[in-house]
Amino acid sequence: MSANVIALKMDNTAPEATLSAPSPQPSPSEDSGKPATAEKVSRWVEGLRSFVLAVAPPLLGLGVFLLLWVWISQLAPALPGPAKTWDSAVQLFSNPFYRNGPNDQGIGWNILSSLQRVGMGFGMAALVGIPLGFVLGRFQFVNAMASPIISLLRPVSPLAWLPIGLLVFKAANPAAIWVIFISSIWPLVINTAMGVSKVPQDYLNVARVLNLSEWKIATKIMLPASMPYILTGVRLSIGVAWLVIVAAEMLTGGVGIGFWVWDEWNNLNVEHILIAIFVVGIVGLLLEQALLLLARRFNY
Amino acid sequence: MEKYVSLEYVDMTFASRKGKFQALRDVNLTIRQGEFISIIGHSGCGKSTVLNLIAGLLTPSNGVMICAGREISGPGPERAVVFQNHSLLPWLTCFDNVYLAVERVFAATESKADLTRRTHEALALVGLTASETKYPHEISGGMKQRVGIARALAMEPKVLLMDEPFGALDALTRARLQDELMGIVARTGSTVVMVTHDVDEAVLLSDRIVMMTNGPAATIGEILAVDLPKPRNRLGLAEDPHYHHLRGEVLKFLYERHAHKAAA
Repeated sequence: MSANVIALKMDNTAPEATLSAPSPQPSPSEDSGKPATAEKVSRWVEGLRSFVLAVAPPLLGLGVFLLLWVWISQLAPALPGPAKTWDSAVQLFSNPFYRNGPNDQGIGWNILSSLQRVGMGFGMAALVGIPLGFVLGRFQFVNAMASPIISLLRPVSPLAWLPIGLLVFKAANPAAIWVIFISSIWPLVINTAMGVSKVPQDYLNVARVLNLSEWKIATKIMLPASMPYILTGVRLSIGVAWLVIVAAEMLTGGVGIGFWVWDEWNNLNVEHILIAIFVVGIVGLLLEQALLLLARRFNY
Repeated sequence: MEKYVSLEYVDMTFASRKGKFQALRDVNLTIRQGEFISIIGHSGCGKSTVLNLIAGLLTPSNGVMICAGREISGPGPERAVVFQNHSLLPWLTCFDNVYLAVERVFAATESKADLTRRTHEALALVGLTASETKYPHEISGGMKQRVGIARALAMEPKVLLMDEPFGALDALTRARLQDELMGIVARTGSTVVMVTHDVDEAVLLSDRIVMMTNGPAATIGEILAVDLPKPRNRLGLAEDPHYHHLRGEVLKFLYERHAHKAAA
């Protein structure tokens, strides 16, 4: 390659010196032209190859999945196949925001009200969990105090908290939010505490030499240094919240994707149940990707 | 001799999982105001431990340490540290890194404009005015170390503690920063304690070189006074027989009398 470049340069400067005599090296320019186009083509082929390699496996996987689905739906006729589900989805999403009374609303409203519950439950969990995790990470004593309680409560199934919520709040909607809160707070607490306790000693030495106040240490050193951990906590926590919301809404009713699934089960509309599963999956995926994007911003 | 910083019979014992490990014993050192002291020794001899003790980052198991008439009982901004790995906060710009230190020391007595001016001055002192708004990952290793020096100097410390400040830099950058440091110290009259493993650096910069014996239970083996006139010039010293004599003294200490066990 470099030899070609040199040859090309020589050729470019040659005409001035050898105007009268025919150029003694006309071939290099021809030679250097051919490999360049050949290389362009091979690079294009290479690009296409890597694109195909990146896209082909997921597409193939989806194809296998659809085939399996068709096969199963033929074995069990109660289960609708992909085509039927797709037709139903097109119809459903053609008018996502209609309102025919409290128990019959468009899919869009159901998704939005589920997201709203998740947002409220998660928001409160963040407001409580991140500062709590901060304190636990900073003070070993408090951590030792809290860790048995956290270890005890963390593995409890989220829905086990629902009766407590119903009892205390005497209403279904706050109880659902309470379930989201209590099940999504643990990843936040644990990850924040981990991040804070793992702040590099170098930064803490800086804080000690500067003799910074506890507030400055928290805002200028601890918080930014543990941000990657906190965001991991947020990601896990929203993932849990979105997992739990469907189950919680099935039990509490109202408007929401979980309730909608249950309602469609009562209507024996299986296509809609399958659509709901996809919707839950896609929304969860989008939330996860958005948070990953946010986390990249805090990668120092 | 006027005592500005003094260490008297300082012992340092670390509790490790294998039991106790005595790193230092009977360290006695007196430093005058405005003096430049280098601590040199083989790796593992506890030279960084001495520095961390003066910084207050470690508490001695035994002995007394005094700085400017007061006992050293913990870290404080009057004993600023330049860390080996610069230790800049990656989420703050160069300006904000220095400002954080300035704010801590002077916010109680000075206006915001004064704090900003001090920060600009400190960065100008190390020649980084153009990079003030950059983040640490956007500048070179030498520049990061200069920000670290600016941060320490901006606090107007009584003692500037430097832990192998140029150890991680290439030879050319190191030489330039040594020259800059000589100029800065000459202008500010700072008292400096620097840990190094570079014999040339120690002779070039120091008034006295503290040579440590090998650990465990290391202590000060010898103290060599460097009576070369200041300001010193790297090129001039290259021809100076006295410089070579002093350099030879340090080398003899390190490689004859206290050769590292692995090397012996």
